[in-house]
Amino acid sequence: MAIRERLSGNEAIAIAMKQINPDVVAAFPITPSTEIPQYFSNYVADGVVETEFVAVESEHSAMSACVGAQAAGGRAMTATSANGLGLMWEVLYIAACSRLPIVMACVNRTMSGPLNIHNDHSDSMGARDSGWIQLYSENNQEAYDNMLMAHRIGEHPDVVLPVMVCQDGFITSHAIENLELVEDDKVKAFVGEYNPEDYLLNKDNPISVGPLDLQGHTFEHKRQQAQAMMNAKKVILEVSEEFYKLTGRKYELFEEYMTDDAEVVAVILNSTAGTAKYVIDQFRAQGKKVGLIKPRVFRPFPVDEIVEALSKFKAIAVLDKADSFNAAGGPLFTDITSAMYAKGVFTPKVVNFIYGIGGRDVRSDDIEVVYNEILNIAATGKVNSVYNYLGVRE
Amino acid sequence: MAYNLKEVAKKPERFTGGHRMCAGCGAPIVVRQILRALKPEDHVVSGCATGCLEVSSFLYPYTSWKDSFIHNAFENSGATIAGAEAAYVAMKRKGKLSGETKFIAFGGDGGTYDIGLQALSGAMERGHDMVYVCYDNGAYMNTGIQRSSATPKYADTTTSPAGAVIPGKQQPRKDLTEIMANHHIPYVAQTIAIGNMKDLYEKSEKAIYTKGAAFMNVLAPCPRGWQYNTPDLMDINKLAVETCYWPLYEVIDGKYIINYKPKNKLPIREFLKPQGRFKHIFKAGNEHMIEDIQQEVDKRWEALLKLAGEA
Repeated sequence: MAIRERLSGNEAIAIAMKQINPDVVAAFPITPSTEIPQYFSNYVADGVVETEFVAVESEHSAMSACVGAQAAGGRAMTATSANGLGLMWEVLYIAACSRLPIVMACVNRTMSGPLNIHNDHSDSMGARDSGWIQLYSENNQEAYDNMLMAHRIGEHPDVVLPVMVCQDGFITSHAIENLELVEDDKVKAFVGEYNPEDYLLNKDNPISVGPLDLQGHTFEHKRQQAQAMMNAKKVILEVSEEFYKLTGRKYELFEEYMTDDAEVVAVILNSTAGTAKYVIDQFRAQGKKVGLIKPRVFRPFPVDEIVEALSKFKAIAVLDKADSFNAAGGPLFTDITSAMYAKGVFTPKVVNFIYGIGGRDVRSDDIEVVYNEILNIAATGKVNSVYNYLGVRE
Repeated sequence: MAYNLKEVAKKPERFTGGHRMCAGCGAPIVVRQILRALKPEDHVVSGCATGCLEVSSFLYPYTSWKDSFIHNAFENSGATIAGAEAAYVAMKRKGKLSGETKFIAFGGDGGTYDIGLQALSGAMERGHDMVYVCYDNGAYMNTGIQRSSATPKYADTTTSPAGAVIPGKQQPRKDLTEIMANHHIPYVAQTIAIGNMKDLYEKSEKAIYTKGAAFMNVLAPCPRGWQYNTPDLMDINKLAVETCYWPLYEVIDGKYIINYKPKNKLPIREFLKPQGRFKHIFKAGNEHMIEDIQQEVDKRWEALLKLAGEA
């Protein structure tokens, strides 16, 4: 029987980590992810996990220690937010290119500056090209479930890449929700043992990791890394299917809400998707055909599937909780529009809204503005402005 | 058993030839001798900060490291090996590993005194069962001889050039061995490849087989940066010790032991003279610079004698 619980998003992640029982957790405190290593160090202190908890002196060392631990042959995990992820930046790329399936809980918070501890996606969006698989979570249940699936995805022989499980700082990390936990023994069986092919601690077959890799080889190694990310899509779907059989909870590359007959949709990551669902229900009651696409998998970017899903709508609003400062649109918007162009899909009108920066509250009436705008675009065929800011004073 | 270089040299080589370090470089000699101090039956996971040693010993697809080796980045050799050691502890606990594995992190002075100081300090303070070895050649040699905080005063480097107005580096070098001693870890040593390399070997053995965090600072001259005659490496090493520029000492559980006290402490000019990086201070009118270095060396030597209760 699944266990019904009331937990914050951070607690849910910590419990997933306890059930996974990794070899090493190396972490450094940063709001709002701090609770994860706090909870986890209690598990270590109470002897309920067999993990070495390494209370490092910085996030740079957290990710460096994870690289050392995972290369050694262990499972390594960490948790961070914002500037912590920023400090890890250099080593994120090294973890990915060294093909070390480290798993990280990223509790999304805005990158300084200015200093602000609240939620947006500028941290993980900045790391989108680092070679990590990125899974996004609308609520505590999804954060927990994504965490349980992360090792299976990252460690799959066709993938072997690190995985970042993202959720919204404070909004889900600190809010308590009802959720269903999987029993410890079922998690253990689902996640399985980590048995890497090559590892530093295999004294019968020593290896060297992290070479100077010059013009003659780096390109091939990067090409293999790119292939691993391409392979990840299929593996994510397979693991999600297996997870569905275990729990009855269905996960795909993205979730579609009320899209069957929708004329317009918004594309939204993480917790704001929940707000949008509420607004959709209100609009539907008024007979307005609105829907939602909520990407779960942002890296790899599911180009074929998302373009196919989007191609039938008249107007699309892509919401970005991070700006690219490229004078052209946020990262989700530019990925979606370039995917549509590459696939030859030009029919839907697509606009971008930058929203919720620095934790600016995103209310249902903000989302109503978005849907009213795209309904208007669908009706008139006219786009007044492609690149927009939602809920800002200017 | 008494130390015998001939016997020690018969141990299987763990760091093979064919690497691309310069002739007359101090670093590979140090690495070979340290690895010889391992018991033959023990496995080792070595790490190295980005630098000459790393880029010259592990160019894909070749490696000089017969045991396991990991390079991560410039500033995180300490944290990387700490992570590997943590995985070892956990995997042993789970019954996944047999036998003994030891952990050694290497870094040059740039990767240790400067950019890697934080990761080193953290790894040592947390007490991982590992050794951190700084091979100190007194500048960022890999990128082309830029000054570091280990560079001695007045040395001519590419970012502290001896110019018409400023005669080389203007600050004395940081004393990293003392900084590490003040971490109150079980074992800290300062050593060099000298004579039959007994000092280096015995300290390596102690560092590797002392439970907990250990640190060794090893002076490793660089023929390009120091501009000495390549075959003179071992003479330069000897002069570093005989002038008390690089005293041989260890700190065992807080107790200072000076391993060698020269009967006739040589003037510092003897150490400086063969090095092209100090050529400008031997010009007429610059005698005060040599005197300045002498005073700094004397001051530090006296302080060390006091710490060891020998003053």
